[in-house]
Amino acid sequence: MILFDSISAKEQSSFAIRKVIEMIEIDANLIKAMLRNGKRIDNRKSDEYREISIKPEIVQQAEGSAEVRLGNTHVVAGIKMSIGTPYSDSIDKGVMSVSAEFVPFASPEFDSGPPSEESIELARVVDRAIRESKMVAFEKLCIKENEHVWMVNIDIDILSDDGNLIDAASLAAAAALMTAKMPKLEMINDKPVASKEERADRIPLTGIAVTTTFVKIGNVIVADPGLTEISAMDARLSIGTLDGKLCSMQKGGSVGLTVEEIEQMADMALEKGDELRKELEKLVLN
Amino acid sequence: MKEEIKLIKNNKRIDGRKFTDLRPLEAKVGVLKRADGSAYFRIGNTIAIAGVMGPRKVHPKHMEKADRAILRTEYRMAPFSTWERSRPGPNRRAHEISMVTRKALEPVIFLEEFPKTAINVYIEILQADASTRCAGINAAALALADAGIPMKDLVSSCSAGIIEGQIVLDIAGQEDCHGELDFPIAYYPKKKHITLLQMDGIATNEQFKKILHLAVSGAEKIYEEQKKALRQKYQAELNQ
Repeated sequence: MILFDSISAKEQSSFAIRKVIEMIEIDANLIKAMLRNGKRIDNRKSDEYREISIKPEIVQQAEGSAEVRLGNTHVVAGIKMSIGTPYSDSIDKGVMSVSAEFVPFASPEFDSGPPSEESIELARVVDRAIRESKMVAFEKLCIKENEHVWMVNIDIDILSDDGNLIDAASLAAAAALMTAKMPKLEMINDKPVASKEERADRIPLTGIAVTTTFVKIGNVIVADPGLTEISAMDARLSIGTLDGKLCSMQKGGSVGLTVEEIEQMADMALEKGDELRKELEKLVLN
Repeated sequence: MKEEIKLIKNNKRIDGRKFTDLRPLEAKVGVLKRADGSAYFRIGNTIAIAGVMGPRKVHPKHMEKADRAILRTEYRMAPFSTWERSRPGPNRRAHEISMVTRKALEPVIFLEEFPKTAINVYIEILQADASTRCAGINAAALALADAGIPMKDLVSSCSAGIIEGQIVLDIAGQEDCHGELDFPIAYYPKKKHITLLQMDGIATNEQFKKILHLAVSGAEKIYEEQKKALRQKYQAELNQ
């Protein structure tokens, strides 16, 4: 009986997955047809984001954390800090690493195993928006040149993938960085040690970097693509911005973009980036 | 203490180039005997070799596609290709470059001509002196053509960037680690499509647009050199 149950349940789940894939294909055709008439599947304007919710400081054990929902896309970022040695090519700067992982229930297409290309790209795109914008004042995270620096580990858990993980993850990372408190620095036998319980200062920041993602579907460009829009997309461009400047980009998708399309996306990124930054300032710093 | 490095002196770059110059480049096709197609691409001191295997059977079989070939790309850096030995095997950076390389090449290949097969492209960076992903893509496009895979066009890749406030073409050597911005693209010239685009560094919207146009002009120059390399191979065969 138990055996029978488990087999049929298994079959059911693979059937369900097939159905999902089938539905996504139908939606892809529908999305393209609707966009030709200037409509998005969920009635959003072409540059309109889904509803954004940002909740900082949700994990007490972490130095910094934030939960972000972008429609039904749901991610959590956590920051842990420790003391380590600097890289030999930047002996007076703190160290940061970003990784991202799908929790198996994030999507029915998930396969467990080593990190997928998608999660590696996601982590690296989030990393570069933070690093290249110089959002974190890494030179202030140096404790003793060539010996001890702060290490900032940002981990992103993907709880639900309903499209545009890049923007959701970069919002979560930014919110976590903005609200994090560094462990108190203690000296034990002349060696700096990070206190396990006590926290002190905020992470020194120079501004807030956000990433905005656009996709091209046919000849139409839309912001904040949902999962079904991603299944129909030709190309994707994610653009990091900070204070009216562009600081990182990553193209995705297997179709090219023209110079004009890229220029249009850059203009939109600067405008939308400012809007997202305001959301972060409003939600995080009150 | 860190020493200050001047990247620009008297309107010239550290290697003597003008701002919009490419490094000297060299392209050859058919350099490996046992690969179905291969190419060598050198730009300055960056050297990439690409080899193509396939179309061939797909392993593991569940990855095959009923209606088209799958394209697999693998970018690797030889452990001795950098000043400090890099650990063998792909790291996260290499995984990402493999992926963006695949997406840069896919638009030009008639994958639907070879259902249920795999086309494997291997890129080995023998010497790294910046803009390695661009060199790898340039070599890979030539190797695919050399393998006789039907293609709509070649793909040409070039970087641009900002060093000491100046917009320059083809980032090289010290400019990579000490420059302010690195901007590699891949270009599908016949369709005027950009098939790879990454940017690391800060630019105003106005600067960005200049960099974009400069990178495209660089890719167009590389495209001519790639075509020359392909012609040379067949010319040599005709002369025999």
